[in-house]
Amino acid sequence: MARHHGLGQLTMPAVRVLFFAHYAEALGRDETVVDVNLPATIRDVVRSVRALPGGQQLPESPLTALNAAHARLDARVNDGDEVALLPPLAGG
Amino acid sequence: MSYLTRQPLSLDALLKSVGGPERGGTCAFLGTVRDEKGPSGVTGIEYSAYDAMVESELDKIVAEARDRWPDARVAVRHRLGFIAAGEASIAIAAAAPHRAEAFDACRYVIEQVKKRLPVWKKELRRDGSAVWVDHQPVHTP
Repeated sequence: MARHHGLGQLTMPAVRVLFFAHYAEALGRDETVVDVNLPATIRDVVRSVRALPGGQQLPESPLTALNAAHARLDARVNDGDEVALLPPLAGG
Repeated sequence: MSYLTRQPLSLDALLKSVGGPERGGTCAFLGTVRDEKGPSGVTGIEYSAYDAMVESELDKIVAEARDRWPDARVAVRHRLGFIAAGEASIAIAAAAPHRAEAFDACRYVIEQVKKRLPVWKKELRRDGSAVWVDHQPVHTP
Protein backbone atom coordinates (compact mmCIF):
# COMPACT_ATOMS: atom_id res chain seq x y z
CA MET A 1 0.00 0.00 0.00
CA ALA A 2 2.94 2.35 0.63
CA ARG A 3 3.01 4.83 -2.20
CA HIS A 4 6.12 5.96 -4.04
CA HIS A 5 6.85 9.63 -4.16
CA GLY A 6 9.35 11.58 -6.22
CA LEU A 7 11.85 9.33 -7.91
CA GLY A 8 10.75 6.23 -6.09
CA GLN A 9 13.31 6.72 -3.37
CA LEU A 10 10.76 7.48 -0.69
CA THR A 11 7.61 5.67 0.24
CA MET A 12 4.76 6.96 2.33
CA PRO A 13 2.62 4.63 4.42
CA ALA A 14 -0.95 4.69 3.17
CA VAL A 15 -4.35 3.28 4.07
CA ARG A 16 -7.33 2.49 1.87
CA VAL A 17 -10.46 4.31 3.01
CA LEU A 18 -13.99 3.14 2.14
CA PHE A 19 -17.11 5.32 2.07
CA PHE A 20 -20.73 4.21 2.09
CA ALA A 21 -24.24 5.56 1.60
CA HIS A 22 -24.47 9.36 1.97
CA TYR A 23 -20.79 9.65 2.88
CA ALA A 24 -19.94 8.21 -0.54
CA GLU A 25 -22.40 10.62 -2.15
CA ALA A 26 -20.89 13.59 -0.30
CA LEU A 27 -17.39 12.70 -1.46
CA GLY A 28 -18.39 11.60 -4.95
CA ARG A 29 -16.52 8.31 -4.60
CA ASP A 30 -16.66 5.13 -2.58
CA GLU A 31 -12.99 4.80 -1.74
CA THR A 32 -9.67 6.61 -1.72
CA VAL A 33 -6.09 6.14 -0.53
CA VAL A 34 -4.79 8.40 2.26
CA ASP A 35 -1.12 8.86 3.11
CA VAL A 36 -0.38 8.70 6.84
CA ASN A 37 2.57 9.71 8.98
CA LEU A 38 3.07 6.83 11.42
CA PRO A 39 2.22 6.53 14.21
CA ALA A 40 -1.28 7.49 13.17
CA THR A 41 -4.83 6.77 14.28
CA ILE A 42 -8.18 6.50 12.55
CA ARG A 43 -8.85 10.03 13.76
CA ASP A 44 -5.92 11.25 11.61
CA VAL A 45 -7.40 9.44 8.62
CA VAL A 46 -10.80 11.04 9.22
CA ARG A 47 -9.13 14.45 9.40
CA SER A 48 -7.51 13.85 6.00
CA VAL A 49 -10.80 12.71 4.49
CA ARG A 50 -12.64 15.77 5.80
CA ALA A 51 -10.09 17.94 3.94
CA LEU A 52 -11.17 16.39 0.61
CA PRO A 53 -13.83 18.09 -1.54
CA GLY A 54 -17.18 17.26 0.09
CA GLY A 55 -15.48 15.91 3.19
CA GLN A 56 -16.79 18.69 5.42
CA GLN A 57 -20.23 17.08 5.16
CA LEU A 58 -18.92 14.16 7.19
CA PRO A 59 -18.96 14.39 10.99
CA GLU A 60 -15.71 14.86 12.89
CA SER A 61 -16.32 11.64 14.80
CA PRO A 62 -18.08 9.14 12.55
CA LEU A 63 -18.49 5.45 13.26
CA THR A 64 -15.45 3.69 11.85
CA ALA A 65 -14.12 0.24 11.10
CA LEU A 66 -10.57 -1.05 10.75
CA ASN A 67 -10.03 -4.05 8.50
CA ALA A 68 -13.75 -4.85 8.53
CA ALA A 69 -14.22 -4.72 12.32
CA HIS A 70 -15.70 -1.91 14.40
CA ALA A 71 -12.92 0.30 15.76
CA ARG A 72 -12.54 3.41 17.88
CA LEU A 73 -11.18 6.66 16.50
CA ASP A 74 -8.03 6.29 18.60
CA ALA A 75 -7.17 2.90 17.09
CA ARG A 76 -3.72 2.82 15.47
CA VAL A 77 -3.51 2.33 11.70
CA ASN A 78 -0.67 0.72 9.78
CA ASP A 79 0.45 0.75 6.19
CA GLY A 80 -1.98 -1.22 4.04
CA ASP A 81 -4.88 -1.12 6.50
CA GLU A 82 -8.46 -0.68 5.32
CA VAL A 83 -10.41 2.01 7.18
CA ALA A 84 -14.16 2.41 6.63
CA LEU A 85 -16.24 5.45 7.56
CA LEU A 86 -19.71 4.25 8.46
CA PRO A 87 -22.85 6.39 8.37
CA PRO A 88 -25.39 5.64 11.12
CA LEU A 89 -26.20 1.95 10.82
CA ALA A 90 -29.62 0.92 9.55
CA GLY A 91 -29.51 -2.84 9.10
CA GLY A 92 -32.39 -5.24 9.52
CA MET B 1 -22.68 -19.67 2.62
CA SER B 2 -22.96 -15.89 2.47
CA TYR B 3 -25.30 -14.11 4.82
CA LEU B 4 -26.15 -11.69 2.01
CA THR B 5 -28.37 -12.14 -1.00
CA ARG B 6 -30.01 -9.99 -3.63
CA GLN B 7 -32.80 -12.50 -4.10
CA PRO B 8 -36.07 -12.76 -2.15
CA LEU B 9 -35.51 -14.40 1.22
CA SER B 10 -36.68 -17.94 1.89
CA LEU B 11 -37.68 -18.50 5.48
CA ASP B 12 -38.32 -22.17 4.67
CA ALA B 13 -34.66 -22.68 3.78
CA LEU B 14 -33.55 -21.11 7.06
CA LEU B 15 -36.02 -23.18 9.08
CA LYS B 16 -34.74 -26.36 7.47
CA SER B 17 -31.14 -25.40 8.25
CA VAL B 18 -31.78 -25.01 12.00
CA GLY B 19 -34.39 -27.70 12.57
CA GLY B 20 -33.77 -31.11 14.10
CA PRO B 21 -35.61 -33.70 16.18
CA GLU B 22 -33.83 -32.67 19.38
CA ARG B 23 -34.92 -29.05 18.96
CA GLY B 24 -38.55 -28.70 19.94
CA GLY B 25 -38.92 -24.93 19.70
CA THR B 26 -38.32 -22.82 16.62
CA CYS B 27 -38.61 -19.03 16.43
CA ALA B 28 -38.63 -17.14 13.14
CA PHE B 29 -38.26 -13.41 12.59
CA LEU B 30 -38.87 -11.51 9.37
CA GLY B 31 -38.09 -7.83 9.03
CA THR B 32 -40.11 -6.30 6.20
CA VAL B 33 -40.09 -2.95 4.43
CA ARG B 34 -42.77 -0.84 6.08
CA ASP B 35 -45.05 1.50 4.15
CA GLU B 36 -46.77 4.54 5.57
CA LYS B 37 -49.95 6.24 4.45
CA GLY B 38 -49.74 9.56 2.67
CA PRO B 39 -47.38 11.20 0.15
CA SER B 40 -44.31 10.29 2.18
CA GLY B 41 -45.27 6.64 2.01
CA VAL B 42 -42.52 4.23 1.07
CA THR B 43 -42.66 2.25 -2.16
CA GLY B 44 -39.46 0.42 -1.34
CA ILE B 45 -36.00 0.66 0.15
CA GLU B 46 -32.62 0.36 -1.53
CA TYR B 47 -30.31 -1.53 0.82
CA SER B 48 -26.52 -1.28 0.56
CA ALA B 49 -23.78 -2.69 2.77
CA TYR B 50 -20.11 -3.05 3.54
CA ASP B 51 -20.33 -6.66 2.42
CA ALA B 52 -17.08 -8.02 3.88
CA MET B 53 -17.84 -6.53 7.28
CA VAL B 54 -21.42 -7.81 7.25
CA GLU B 55 -20.06 -11.31 6.74
CA SER B 56 -17.54 -11.03 9.58
CA GLU B 57 -19.96 -9.32 12.01
CA LEU B 58 -22.64 -11.92 11.39
CA ASP B 59 -20.07 -14.67 11.93
CA LYS B 60 -19.38 -13.08 15.32
CA ILE B 61 -23.05 -12.59 16.21
CA VAL B 62 -23.95 -16.19 15.32
CA ALA B 63 -20.95 -17.45 17.32
CA GLU B 64 -22.01 -15.32 20.30
CA ALA B 65 -25.52 -16.76 20.11
CA ARG B 66 -24.03 -20.26 20.04
CA ASP B 67 -21.91 -19.46 23.11
CA ARG B 68 -24.93 -18.15 25.00
CA TRP B 69 -27.33 -20.91 23.96
CA PRO B 70 -25.13 -23.90 23.10
CA ASP B 71 -28.05 -26.15 22.22
CA ALA B 72 -29.61 -23.62 19.85
CA ARG B 73 -29.03 -23.29 16.13
CA VAL B 74 -29.47 -19.94 14.42
CA ALA B 75 -29.47 -18.91 10.79
CA VAL B 76 -29.75 -15.42 9.30
CA ARG B 77 -29.89 -13.88 5.84
CA HIS B 78 -29.99 -10.19 4.89
CA ARG B 79 -31.21 -9.07 1.51
CA LEU B 80 -29.62 -6.14 -0.37
CA GLY B 81 -30.68 -4.04 -3.37
CA PHE B 82 -34.17 -2.71 -3.99
CA ILE B 83 -36.82 -4.30 -1.77
CA ALA B 84 -40.45 -3.36 -2.30
CA ALA B 85 -42.72 -2.44 0.61
CA GLY B 86 -44.07 -5.57 2.25
CA GLU B 87 -41.12 -7.75 1.25
CA ALA B 88 -38.58 -9.06 3.74
CA SER B 89 -35.13 -7.54 4.18
CA ILE B 90 -33.93 -9.90 6.90
CA ALA B 91 -34.87 -13.39 8.01
CA ILE B 92 -33.71 -15.11 11.17
CA ALA B 93 -34.52 -18.61 12.39
CA ALA B 94 -33.54 -20.02 15.76
CA ALA B 95 -34.27 -23.52 16.97
CA ALA B 96 -33.55 -24.93 20.43
CA PRO B 97 -34.67 -27.79 22.66
CA HIS B 98 -37.14 -25.42 24.36
CA ARG B 99 -38.96 -22.27 23.24
CA ALA B 100 -37.30 -19.88 25.69
CA GLU B 101 -33.84 -20.38 24.18
CA ALA B 102 -35.25 -20.17 20.67
CA PHE B 103 -36.96 -16.83 21.38
CA ASP B 104 -33.91 -15.50 23.23
CA ALA B 105 -31.43 -16.49 20.52
CA CYS B 106 -33.59 -15.04 17.76
CA ARG B 107 -34.07 -11.79 19.68
CA TYR B 108 -30.34 -11.58 20.39
CA VAL B 109 -29.45 -11.86 16.72
CA ILE B 110 -31.86 -9.16 15.50
CA GLU B 111 -30.89 -6.76 18.30
CA GLN B 112 -27.17 -7.18 17.53
CA VAL B 113 -27.86 -6.77 13.81
CA LYS B 114 -29.53 -3.43 14.54
CA LYS B 115 -26.56 -2.26 16.61
CA ARG B 116 -23.64 -3.59 14.62
CA LEU B 117 -24.38 -4.45 10.99
CA PRO B 118 -22.97 -2.00 8.40
CA VAL B 119 -26.09 -1.78 6.26
CA TRP B 120 -27.77 1.39 4.98
CA LYS B 121 -31.23 2.14 3.64
CA LYS B 122 -32.40 4.68 1.13
CA GLU B 123 -36.18 5.02 1.26
CA LEU B 124 -37.87 5.56 -2.07
CA ARG B 125 -41.05 7.49 -1.42
CA ARG B 126 -44.32 7.74 -3.24
CA ASP B 127 -43.75 11.43 -4.03
CA GLY B 128 -40.59 10.50 -5.97
CA SER B 129 -38.10 11.61 -3.34
CA ALA B 130 -35.36 9.41 -1.92
CA VAL B 131 -34.19 9.70 1.68
CA TRP B 132 -31.36 8.03 3.52
CA VAL B 133 -32.82 6.63 6.71
CA ASP B 134 -31.55 8.75 9.64
CA HIS B 135 -30.35 11.38 7.20
CA GLN B 136 -31.50 14.36 5.16
CA PRO B 137 -33.33 14.15 1.82
CA VAL B 138 -30.97 13.47 -1.07
CA HIS B 139 -33.30 14.05 -4.00
CA THR B 140 -36.56 15.89 -4.46
CA PRO B 141 -37.92 16.18 -8.02
